[in-house]
Amino acid sequence: MLADYGLIGLFFVVAILFSLVMVIIPIALRYLKIIPSNPNPIKESIFECGMETTGKTWVQFNFHYYFYALVFLALDVLVVFLYPWAVQLKQLGPFGLYVVLILVFIVFVGYIYAWKKKALEWK
Amino acid sequence: MGLEFAFWIMAVVMVGAAFAVLYLRNVFHAALALVLCFIAVAGIYVTLSADFLAAVQILVYVGAISVLIILGVMMTREVQKGNPVNKMRLPAAIVAVVLLGILVYVVTSTPWGISTQDPLTPTTMPLATKLFSENGFILPVEIGAVLLLAAILGAIVIIREKKK
Repeated sequence: MLADYGLIGLFFVVAILFSLVMVIIPIALRYLKIIPSNPNPIKESIFECGMETTGKTWVQFNFHYYFYALVFLALDVLVVFLYPWAVQLKQLGPFGLYVVLILVFIVFVGYIYAWKKKALEWK
Repeated sequence: MGLEFAFWIMAVVMVGAAFAVLYLRNVFHAALALVLCFIAVAGIYVTLSADFLAAVQILVYVGAISVLIILGVMMTREVQKGNPVNKMRLPAAIVAVVLLGILVYVVTSTPWGISTQDPLTPTTMPLATKLFSENGFILPVEIGAVLLLAAILGAIVIIREKKK
């Protein structure tokens, strides 16, 4: 059981090493003078992610986004309840299903209320 | 042996990330360090054979709480400047030291009972039986749903425009 988690740990180690190596390779090649270095403005411009930014990149976001984060958090905690039920679905039988249906219904009351109150609409 | 090694790696990463949260000037970088700290806590849960708790830690803390914190950071005005020092520095330090003292005292003076039984793995299935079977904790589960409902309603109240 724990050995399986060891594989996850190994995955983390490989991921960290991979990203480090990817950063180190160009620096090392530059240091060993294998790749030439003659920069010009076009080479050094930020072209990968679309346009060049106008103004500051750290802008203040609209607080309406926070509502979606809070609702996401609530539904995330709901998933925590659904997950063990889904694992043990067959053994729990219809009774477990009713319990979960009531659980989901209670949370969905909030969702429907948000819908009716037009909280999900973007103004 | 391997378990102990994993524990120490997680512990070092966790404490390092926590210090990074405190000392990084950029609030956004501090939030990312906090996410790393949460992941290390999940690793600690795994070494304690609490696999469901580790999954929940990843799902809720790394997934949702971090989104909440990063969105909160995105709404602040001066991300790069960080927290300016204010007059509350000394009182905050006193409170922190007192809290640390209480925690250390409680942890060291409590007689921790160590079970001789092997830990139950995997924990998800017995947990499901406890929560959803006919003589399980049905009422607390439904009350938990009511709590989530209250959270959603609170979110609606927060974004509602004030009546003119």
